[in-house]
Amino acid sequence: MEGIKREEILRLLEENARYTVKDLAAMLGLEAKKVKDEIAAMERERVICGYHALVNWDKTDDEKISALIELKVTPQRGDGYERIAEKIYQYPEVESLYLMSGGYDFTVILKKATMKEIASFVSSRLAVIEEVQSTTTHVVLARYKDHGIQLAENRKDMRMVVTP
Amino acid sequence: MRDFINDKIKRIKPSGIRRLFDIASEIPDVISLGVGEPDFETPWHIREEGIYSLHKGRTFYTSNSGLLELRSEIAAFMSRKYGLNYDPKNEIIVTVGGSEAIDIALRAVLDPGDEVVYPEPCFVSYEPCILLSDGVPVPIELYPGTEFRLTPEQLEAAVTPRTKALLISYPNNPTGAVMDRRDLEKLVPVILKHDLLVISDEIYSELSYKERHVSIASLPGMRERTIVINGFSKSFAMTGWRLGFVCAPEGIAEYMLKVHQFGIMSAPTMSQYAAVSAMRSGDKDIDIMRESYNQRRRFLMECFREIRLPCFEPYGAFYAFPDISEFGMDSENFCEELLKAEKVAVVPGSAFGACGSRHVRISYAYSIEELKEAMSRIARFVKERRRTRRSPGRAV
Repeated sequence: MEGIKREEILRLLEENARYTVKDLAAMLGLEAKKVKDEIAAMERERVICGYHALVNWDKTDDEKISALIELKVTPQRGDGYERIAEKIYQYPEVESLYLMSGGYDFTVILKKATMKEIASFVSSRLAVIEEVQSTTTHVVLARYKDHGIQLAENRKDMRMVVTP
Repeated sequence: MRDFINDKIKRIKPSGIRRLFDIASEIPDVISLGVGEPDFETPWHIREEGIYSLHKGRTFYTSNSGLLELRSEIAAFMSRKYGLNYDPKNEIIVTVGGSEAIDIALRAVLDPGDEVVYPEPCFVSYEPCILLSDGVPVPIELYPGTEFRLTPEQLEAAVTPRTKALLISYPNNPTGAVMDRRDLEKLVPVILKHDLLVISDEIYSELSYKERHVSIASLPGMRERTIVINGFSKSFAMTGWRLGFVCAPEGIAEYMLKVHQFGIMSAPTMSQYAAVSAMRSGDKDIDIMRESYNQRRRFLMECFREIRLPCFEPYGAFYAFPDISEFGMDSENFCEELLKAEKVAVVPGSAFGACGSRHVRISYAYSIEELKEAMSRIARFVKERRRTRRSPGRAV
């Protein structure tokens, strides 16, 4: 029996969260119970924070758009960026929030919404936060790849049926 | 009109998978586990170099033995991976796949009547290539009891005064068998005693899951009498680029080069430029693919255990070679029945030598989803056959 392979479990789940415990155990050469316990432990420890479907919304009738906003802020004495980050990520409209190095401070990615909703959120929620110096809003025109998956392409097996 | 066809060619049997291929190609929605090549696309940085070489108009012949730049990278690769040192100037030839390398090695060394011993089951081209070189094929039948490894006793028993060469291939297609350092060391005294040349086809060398691959050429006294064949197809998922290479001491390589230069001129230039990138920065790609194959390998073995299909554990290449003799059919019948009943294509073991007729080759160069679906169909087939065999009176 090989030791528990956290990284390998994580890589496989990241690739396909629907692998069953049994599949994972077989692929990694581990006992199913050990894999199950390890996943449960990682969920408790917030190493695994959730499981999502990767949706290509462009293939649906959904007409909403995705926006990415660059924020420049003035960090506060004592709290640094943490307090400001909290003020932003508490909004349910925010899908992702990253602190960046370089020319600006935060990348805010909003959940898909209409142009009107986005404009309203930026002007009446983000821009008014007192530490925020400036916002630059970018609209996503097309998504090609997300979470390591090429969205448009339906990969076909181009190999012949039987080869030596 | 006369019969223009060469007698030797007429005697060569057509490939054993041809028939199955013809049947499988006509059935829609076949799930195939019959493919002998990676399911990965060639890593993008390698493809990009190939495209760039075309973009720059590098569309001319290279030197017969290949771009010196590539040969130097091959030399570095062989050294860091297997501790083998070859002079890129005159001991390495870039070939059109491992297949051409096998052919030119045999042509360069065989005189009419020279015997070549080689373990079976093995890759389909060994016997025909030996025959084309006027050699005499002497297969040694291997079985799962010895995990399809060649033993010194078997080798000794097969050697005659006419034996010139031993041709081996580990990790093995179709069995997935590997031979580790100790296994290979045991062969050396027999090889030296009979002054044999070794042709070692190591095309699957990077797909070894237990220990790192050991080349027989790296054992004491063996480099001078070994031709090492390797290539890009399996390790870098580059089958369609048709690019392999052969490493041999200068005194042998110069004669292989003669066969190569008049038969081939030089390997495809675009592929050679792409391969430089594979050698230079592809080690990580290999690691990722190897890990993925290993997961699928374990998954497949677990499926076999669940349906109680006997299969020795393969530690190399991307094949498993389960024993199907309990069903009272030879491997060809089994494959045909499985194809008709469940639309799953696997390759009869007999295609790789007569002693493989109790086995089928199952490739795991497929996604877990595909393996799962195919194995559930195989499970159903196996169960049904077991049921009807237990009560032979009942109609099938």
